[in-house]
Amino acid sequence: MYHQSKRYFRFFVFLFCAALLLSALPVLTAAAADGAAAPAEAAKSEPGFFENVWKILTEKYPLLLRGVGQTMLISLVGTVAGLLIGMLTGIIRTAPYSKNAVLCFFHKLLNKIISVYVEIFRGTPMMVQAMVIYWGYAFATGGSTLPLIPSGIFIVSINTGAYMAEIVRGGIISIDKGQFEGAASIGMSHGQTMLSVIIPQVMRNILPSVSNEFVINIKDTSVLNVIGVTELYYFAGIIKRETFKTFETYLIVCVIYFILTFTVTRLLRLAEKKLAGKESYTIFGSQSDPEAEIKVKKEEPGYVD
Amino acid sequence: MSTEPIIQITHLKKQFGDHLVLDDINLSVSKGEVVSVIGASGSGKSTMLRCINLLENPTAGEILYHGVDITSKENDLQKYRASVGMVFQQFNLFNNMTALENCTVGQIKVLKRSKEEAKETAMTYLRKVGMEQFINAKPAQLSGGQKQRVAIARSLAMSPEMLLFDEPTSALDPQMVGEVLTVMRQLASEGLTMIVVTHEMAFARDVSSRVVYMEGGVICEDDVPSVIFKKPNNPKTAAFLQRFFAN
Repeated sequence: MYHQSKRYFRFFVFLFCAALLLSALPVLTAAAADGAAAPAEAAKSEPGFFENVWKILTEKYPLLLRGVGQTMLISLVGTVAGLLIGMLTGIIRTAPYSKNAVLCFFHKLLNKIISVYVEIFRGTPMMVQAMVIYWGYAFATGGSTLPLIPSGIFIVSINTGAYMAEIVRGGIISIDKGQFEGAASIGMSHGQTMLSVIIPQVMRNILPSVSNEFVINIKDTSVLNVIGVTELYYFAGIIKRETFKTFETYLIVCVIYFILTFTVTRLLRLAEKKLAGKESYTIFGSQSDPEAEIKVKKEEPGYVD
Repeated sequence: MSTEPIIQITHLKKQFGDHLVLDDINLSVSKGEVVSVIGASGSGKSTMLRCINLLENPTAGEILYHGVDITSKENDLQKYRASVGMVFQQFNLFNNMTALENCTVGQIKVLKRSKEEAKETAMTYLRKVGMEQFINAKPAQLSGGQKQRVAIARSLAMSPEMLLFDEPTSALDPQMVGEVLTVMRQLASEGLTMIVVTHEMAFARDVSSRVVYMEGGVICEDDVPSVIFKKPNNPKTAAFLQRFFAN
């Protein structure tokens, strides 16, 4: 327990320092610039940096909160959907070809389609994909557009899916061949093996990459403002236009993005530890006492966090 | 010696690219027999075993299981593998499962046994290999010898007709070889049909009913242990054993 609370304490101290540092940086530079000009008067007539920040935070927080909500919604759903796409394509691509000629043909065709999908969506910027898909739909339907948030989710999902496809495929082929053979030797089918043996291990192994994708998505949803999706960055634009405080606004948004990604990283780290399983196990019975239950704790060599 | 063989291999050939690994293998194993396969590394012993379990597809020849070609459509591959189990050099336990789960998953998924029945059967065999205390442990928490004993229990839990052992003690520290061999000796004495690819000559000599010597992808000699180890008919067998015991 002691270690746990110490950990949380350290985390918040770090967060605080990071926020402080980020906000202090411009003040210092501003102060240096002020020193050059005539300082005394300007300070009186114009509100200072902290006042501006405070004003934006207190007056515009509904917009900021809505932005955070939308950003998190799009990136979370997008990442999960992307992971599902990745799982599906990964399983299809690593499955052995059927002996049935027709099935084998479609399987190969599907693999080709998946490769093309992965290459295209990894090889073009998400901002451009957003424009092409959103306006492409409008073009094809003669002017009608898709609702924005679902469009955003769709674009992030399909883009993340392309990356996840490779992450999952890598996760599956990195599993020792012996795991497949062990399962085959007791008669398990490929599907049963994937479901009970391989995928659980893959999930644990790829979780760091998945959380990485999630963090990237939190930041990269900001490009969706090009089609007008109302996420955090979009609202920053609105606030800027209303307050004319460009720097203060984007600094606040910057700190918010950092807090989001940092929190998500830490939470997923915890999940990783959970998935790694219990470090201890119980031995039932001992030489002197058959009813004994001995807890054995495995020593982990230096866990880095 | 019973009459009808469980496994009958005729003219088995296996080729990896241009490399001929198995050439015209003929072997039959009947119920209750313990056949040890010995020979230098690269002689094709393991490949033969893997062909029997269809982890490798034979290039030519036939492997009959109770008279049915195992590569044919009449042979239900999953059922076949459940009844002709395999124990690997590298154990191949499922890393994401406890020792107990390793022994129940196949029973539940392949044999469609109930969870309770699967657990009961698994416990019977885990007790037999002396691993009942460790049912809760993951493979990463066990020693090599312990892992191999769990792997044997996993195969036994499928109620197999026959077990294939692919160098089961080769990846073990010397002090752990004994615990695994003890289990295997016990299984042999209980009448389990086994094909054992091994470098443990004492085991081959004392436990097996027949010993097969392989070299360069062919079976050089197939006889009872007393002949193979005392006065082998093939000079190659004699040379191998001499080299082996000289080391």
